[in-house]
Amino acid sequence: MALLSWGNYPNIDVIAYKFENRQALKNIINQHNNIIASGNGRSYGDSALNKHQIDVKSYNYFLDFDQNTGILHCQAGVLLSEILETFIPKGWFVSVTPGTKLITVGGAIASDVHGKNHHVKGSFSDSIVEFTMMLENGEIIICSHSINPDIFQATCGGMGLTGIIIDAKIKFLPINSSMIDQLTIKTKNLQDTFEAFEQYKDYTYSVAWIDCMAKGDSLGRCLLMVGEHADDGNLDYVNTNKISIPFQFPSFVLNNLTVKSFNSLYYAKVRQAVSQQKIGIDSFFYPLDAIGNWNRIYGKNGFTQYQFVLPLEKSYEGLEQILSKIAASGKGSFLAVLKLFGKANANWLSFPIQGYTLALDFKIEPGLFELLNELDKIVLKYEGRFYLSKDVRVSKQTFEAGYKDIDKFRQLRKQYKMDQKFHSLQSKRVGI
Amino acid sequence: MSYVLIIGAKSDIAKATAREYAKHGYDLYLAARNVSELETFANDITIRFDRKVKCIELDILDYISHKSIYDGLEEKPLGIISAVGYLGELSETQKIIDTNYTGVVHFINIIANDFEQRKSGFIVAISSVAGDRGRKSNYIYGSAKAALTTYLSGLRNRLYAANVHVLTVKPGFVATKMTEGMDLPKKLTAKPEDVATDIYKAQQNGKNVLYTKWIWKWIMLIIKTIPEFQFKKMNL
Repeated sequence: MALLSWGNYPNIDVIAYKFENRQALKNIINQHNNIIASGNGRSYGDSALNKHQIDVKSYNYFLDFDQNTGILHCQAGVLLSEILETFIPKGWFVSVTPGTKLITVGGAIASDVHGKNHHVKGSFSDSIVEFTMMLENGEIIICSHSINPDIFQATCGGMGLTGIIIDAKIKFLPINSSMIDQLTIKTKNLQDTFEAFEQYKDYTYSVAWIDCMAKGDSLGRCLLMVGEHADDGNLDYVNTNKISIPFQFPSFVLNNLTVKSFNSLYYAKVRQAVSQQKIGIDSFFYPLDAIGNWNRIYGKNGFTQYQFVLPLEKSYEGLEQILSKIAASGKGSFLAVLKLFGKANANWLSFPIQGYTLALDFKIEPGLFELLNELDKIVLKYEGRFYLSKDVRVSKQTFEAGYKDIDKFRQLRKQYKMDQKFHSLQSKRVGI
Repeated sequence: MSYVLIIGAKSDIAKATAREYAKHGYDLYLAARNVSELETFANDITIRFDRKVKCIELDILDYISHKSIYDGLEEKPLGIISAVGYLGELSETQKIIDTNYTGVVHFINIIANDFEQRKSGFIVAISSVAGDRGRKSNYIYGSAKAALTTYLSGLRNRLYAANVHVLTVKPGFVATKMTEGMDLPKKLTAKPEDVATDIYKAQQNGKNVLYTKWIWKWIMLIIKTIPEFQFKKMNL
């Protein structure tokens, strides 16, 4: 069976093993020495790709929920979408969510995903009370900030390379509404964008869609969207009906012209400098989930997402150079997302550090990797780093330059013999 | 709302169907052999849908026990769904027939009598497209399911007057534990969740026979029309 990553690239044949209980999982682990956990296949690159995969997605029961504390105990294959369906009507929300709800809890921990509220609530692991994990020898341990803290810090953001996460306790955020009060701020250029982020930093949620095809005086213009949970007591929540992209678009559909037109139209759609909206949780957090298989619009060659973060004091200069380079290349994406992170957490490979992060989708086509190699150099020059959950191509040197705890991670892998068991195409490429 | 009884509750289709009914507000009796293995699953449903779920030990081959198990249910169910099925090897003739036909029929008979008296209820049983025509690869299983289909058709006819609805479900390929490792054509293979949604809709709408995926109705129509002198030479 072919189990693909979200980027549809690379495309390899995979054998996936399911398990119903801990003993079955132990048997799988014992029988393989080159295997990786996989969740719902939403990592863009090769982080969960290996010839042999452990399919955690079908291990997906809720185990316990404490209505007083808002702590859910669930198996690792539970999707965030299932959590929302059950708990929004009861007045709870995940305190950290990325831009898709179609990911597993195990995957969210392994990628230590972040959301629009990183500057307030940190990463996904910051809402984890504890989790249970099976190590390379089949032993089962509990990890938290205080129990096995070294393995906890290696596992959150550790891309599944420390063991198999079995179940987790997650602390929810109480909400009074399934709606979001949103403000949209239209900016004219990069300077304006930075000022807007600063001005609206007290909002819980903030993210900017940036027009990466704009040049010159308009370079860095964006729509900044900030929001708060509404307080109207309406907790109705229906999983949005899906339209689906039923087949791969031919690769030529997305080209310089269509992307440029989309960007201009999307930017022009908003007329006022500041406008106010009230929208549902799904529209605010997961606009793309409403279109099933949206990755297919990029055609059969697939696509990649390029995401990096630059330290705060170097963000402006670095972004200016990078955006100019992208605009000049003509290889734009219609999904360019800018976000200001808060402080980093203690996890060794968690991506966020304080500063601006930019994420861009690119169709895989000739000349793309050359452009990205150029961008890599700028990112490194400004002491930035890359996000493994999106990555499919960075070199070992480029990756490790950004992560000072990388040797601690390698050392722990060695100490627990994790490096003799858990691998992905990505871990081999970047040498972790 | 009240209880639906699901027998053979450990199968993947049964589990998906249980979730579907709980989602729509029904409480559940889940009956299976070694039912303690279902407790985590039952607990999940309780958390997810705020429904009552009770697990009941049932060995479909222990016919003698059936009556007392049903009588033991404090609150009688509004309906029953049988997901009992055993594919087996051709050499397991007795077990295949007893599980898929004799056991299921014995259990449903008890319920049918009760529903008939109460003049309400629904009976859903999962048969198979394999029962539509015998093929050398699984004709013991197929013939047991064919017998079950015939039984359900007769039962439907009998219970019509009592306002009890009978639904025969004929799944084609479904990606479950039972078919794990088989190389099934993707376009013709349903997910257990899809089958569950189809069952719920068909039962609520009072449909008599459900093919799922729907295309199997047409596939089986073609297979049934192949003349026997031709069919016997085919490799199916």
